[in-house]
Amino acid sequence: MKYIGLIAVLLFGAVILTTSLEFPAVGDPNSPASRHVSDDYIEHALEETAVPNLVTAVLADYRSYDTMFESAVVLAAGLACFFLLRRFRRKPPPYRLYRHIDTGVILIIEKGGKEPTNSDEFERIDANWVPYDVIIEKAAGLVVPFLQLFALYVIFHGHHSPGGGFQGGVIFGATLILLALSTDLRSTLRQMPEKSSAIMASTGLFIYSGTGVLCLLLGANFLDYGILSRLLAVDPVMARSHGILMVEIGVGVAVSAVMIWIYYNLVSAGRHDEGL
Amino acid sequence: MIWQLDLIILTLVLICGMAAISIKDLLGAAVLFGAFSFMMCLLFAIMGAVDVAFTEASVGAGVSTVFFVAAVFRTSRSSRD
Repeated sequence: MKYIGLIAVLLFGAVILTTSLEFPAVGDPNSPASRHVSDDYIEHALEETAVPNLVTAVLADYRSYDTMFESAVVLAAGLACFFLLRRFRRKPPPYRLYRHIDTGVILIIEKGGKEPTNSDEFERIDANWVPYDVIIEKAAGLVVPFLQLFALYVIFHGHHSPGGGFQGGVIFGATLILLALSTDLRSTLRQMPEKSSAIMASTGLFIYSGTGVLCLLLGANFLDYGILSRLLAVDPVMARSHGILMVEIGVGVAVSAVMIWIYYNLVSAGRHDEGL
Repeated sequence: MIWQLDLIILTLVLICGMAAISIKDLLGAAVLFGAFSFMMCLLFAIMGAVDVAFTEASVGAGVSTVFFVAAVFRTSRSSRD
């Protein structure tokens, strides 16, 4: 069976490689892909949308429907992880570990034992992650605010430089994951609870589609940002630029919340008590 | 475009991809997949698709590696075949 699979892979690989020889060269102006609309985008995108980065203009203005349903797919991925993995019934672990903060002595409390209630002196730690590393925790806590600032920069500067809502949202979610990796899952869940991440994920998609519906209410097509000039008191070209910014913020909020939500469910197998 | 650099990175992509599917240790496979994503990101950047390279670096090499490691942490570390 293994050899049949190998032969099939080699056969298909050979077919794909031989057909790829017929492809047009990179940047060929006569290739079919660049003969229909890309000339129009390259010539008119800057004067129509006031966005220097062509990729952002195409992604969030000319092909805005596509991006909206892409972020819907990201939300669906988060929901799929939630429905597949999340377990609400608490199964108590066989034992719990508590660390005395001043001395570092670790207590093992068996099931039914009396657990320390004074949270100033004792701190609960994960059963399978005993070593406590002060350097990693403090260093990660030091870089996280700067990384989050960079993520916001990537979202808001997507008009002029590479980046945009999706990349910035992923970086923002990754900073929260770094926080969860360097401390523990419970303290991150206290700062960013599961409920607020779910609400943020839906809110991001709502901002995106709400921008489209706003254009519809003002009398233009769905996601036709030029009409927003009536609300924003700018000319229609700048209104398209601002509309792109609005949907990028929506994508960023949705993606960052979905990333941390998927991480919560994956790393604790849906129990949200102990994780990496 | 420097074709020597292109060729080196393409070779590394092939090595990382083949090693990621043939290695027994799933944690190693996750790390190799992250390296594969990073090499693909470099290739995209060489070809001038900087936005795609940025996405590949943040999603492919960053977050998806963490997700793979989390999944390995909750399941078993060695593959059966």
